[in-house]
Amino acid sequence: MRSKKSFSDKSPLGLTMAAIAALLFLHVPMWIIFLYSFTTDEATYSFPLPGLTTKWFGVALQRSDLWAALALSVRVASIATLAALILGTLAAAAVYRGNFFGRESISVLLVLPIALPGIVTGIALRSAIGSLDIPFSYWTIVIGHATFCVVVVYNNVLARFRRMSGSQIEASMDLGANSFQTFRYVILPNLGTALLAGGMLAFALSFDEVIVTTFTAGQQSTLPIWIFSQLVRPRDRPVTNVVATIVILITFLPIFFAQRISAENSDTEGGSK
Amino acid sequence: MLNRASTYLYQHPKLVLALLLGPPMIYMFVVYLGSLVALLINSFFYLEEFTGLVVRQFTLRTYLQLLSPTNLGIFGRTAGMAMAVTIADAIIAFPLAYYIARYASPKIKTFLYIAVTLPLWSSYLVRVYAWKLILAKEGIVSWFLTLVGLQPALDWLLSLPSIGGSSLSLSPMGMFIAFSYIWLPYMIVPIQTALERVPKSLLEASSDLGATAAQTFRTVILPLSFPGVVAGSIFTFSLTLGDFIVPQTLGNSRFFIGQAVYSYQGTAGNIPLAAAFTMGPVVIMIIYLLIARKLGAFDAL
Repeated sequence: MRSKKSFSDKSPLGLTMAAIAALLFLHVPMWIIFLYSFTTDEATYSFPLPGLTTKWFGVALQRSDLWAALALSVRVASIATLAALILGTLAAAAVYRGNFFGRESISVLLVLPIALPGIVTGIALRSAIGSLDIPFSYWTIVIGHATFCVVVVYNNVLARFRRMSGSQIEASMDLGANSFQTFRYVILPNLGTALLAGGMLAFALSFDEVIVTTFTAGQQSTLPIWIFSQLVRPRDRPVTNVVATIVILITFLPIFFAQRISAENSDTEGGSK
Repeated sequence: MLNRASTYLYQHPKLVLALLLGPPMIYMFVVYLGSLVALLINSFFYLEEFTGLVVRQFTLRTYLQLLSPTNLGIFGRTAGMAMAVTIADAIIAFPLAYYIARYASPKIKTFLYIAVTLPLWSSYLVRVYAWKLILAKEGIVSWFLTLVGLQPALDWLLSLPSIGGSSLSLSPMGMFIAFSYIWLPYMIVPIQTALERVPKSLLEASSDLGATAAQTFRTVILPLSFPGVVAGSIFTFSLTLGDFIVPQTLGNSRFFIGQAVYSYQGTAGNIPLAAAFTMGPVVIMIIYLLIARKLGAFDAL
């Protein structure tokens, strides 16, 4: 940056180094978990690893508590994603076509559950559940998750609406299609990948959520809650390493594809998770 | 039949709007805002110490409990950590965001974009866990520091009363590292967005008018990308304020806001105090958001 020529297209060395350092900081810790899932050390996190083994993967597969937690997480994330897809798309459509009072505040309202600290959403739902004497159940978890998943779908779909040309819809109407046909054959195909991307991100968000869940789950254990209990009181270190590795792998693919879709369409709202 | 319904809807755009907007708004108002109101109401109740039951009667005494030295200490400690993490993230994020926005070729840009946002969505807990491994007493950082002979320096840092602890994985320093790591993508994305919006013509004008690269950076690029930094800081600050996973995992016995809320509502069953505690971050964040809007941060989101 000290060079006189301010318009070189080559990045200054210092900047490149700092950028690479930041990138490594962002990714190396996850690779270390991979490494640890093969350690023979049962009781500590010692490094260098005393030896390598794959037996912990087998041990983890035998654990029924893990399978139960995984199943609960998948069930919760599926329904929360479905709710988010419906509610988020409706809200995006309304904001896109309507010019109504309070339109600007809708984005704010939808982003609140993730802009405010997670603990606020969590304790708020907890006190509402308590005040209404609702017993904790699968559904209390789903309802909590849906509140912060909606905005992800909403952002993706609204961005897509804004890039879609209105003339397609007009053409469809002019050619005699009714609103439902236009929706089915013109709007929906256009929204397709935005819904896919939003849905996958919402799923990942819900699958991974722990803060709100601890307040709405009662005695049930989702996979993140299982991991959290191991963080506080490590009892099964090798199994936890394996679970962590598997979680990274499971969430990596859908997020990667969702990001690819979004990046290619350059309409992401990734910053407002 | 469908055609008639379609025509009817076409003639009544307000009805369509109501049908579209109704379900999401009802959900958000009833479930989310309703819960926030319930939270607010609960914070004005109090816990009867002898019976351990919540008395549903308007009182301010729960809020008065917040002013005890212990609780004020919790607020101060958490806000200080949030501020330190925000500053660290801004410093780490800026070069990478700047590189992505200005120097990366389109292909590399897509790659870097995914590389930055991937951790944003994935495995928050697992990423906290990674630091438990790395910072452990017998872990990789200690091993490396011993190798290069810097272990005494670490021991000295750990002996400092306010930031130290028995090991890096049980100290405020460890929390600071983990927090900075976890929220970093939230800082990179808005800064990059803001930087992309700086028109190239302005940079050319600045250099045509004789500014050096450093001057252009300081007087054109930095002020124009500042809203991005503020936008990112909303996330890093807010997320640090409300987190209880990192303090619980890597912290010592001195509480942060999140932990206090968690333990009051859990074992203590004192929902009013937990609710009042949460109002702290809510008020801080509302003020923060208002200032951020003034600074134009919302355009950079």
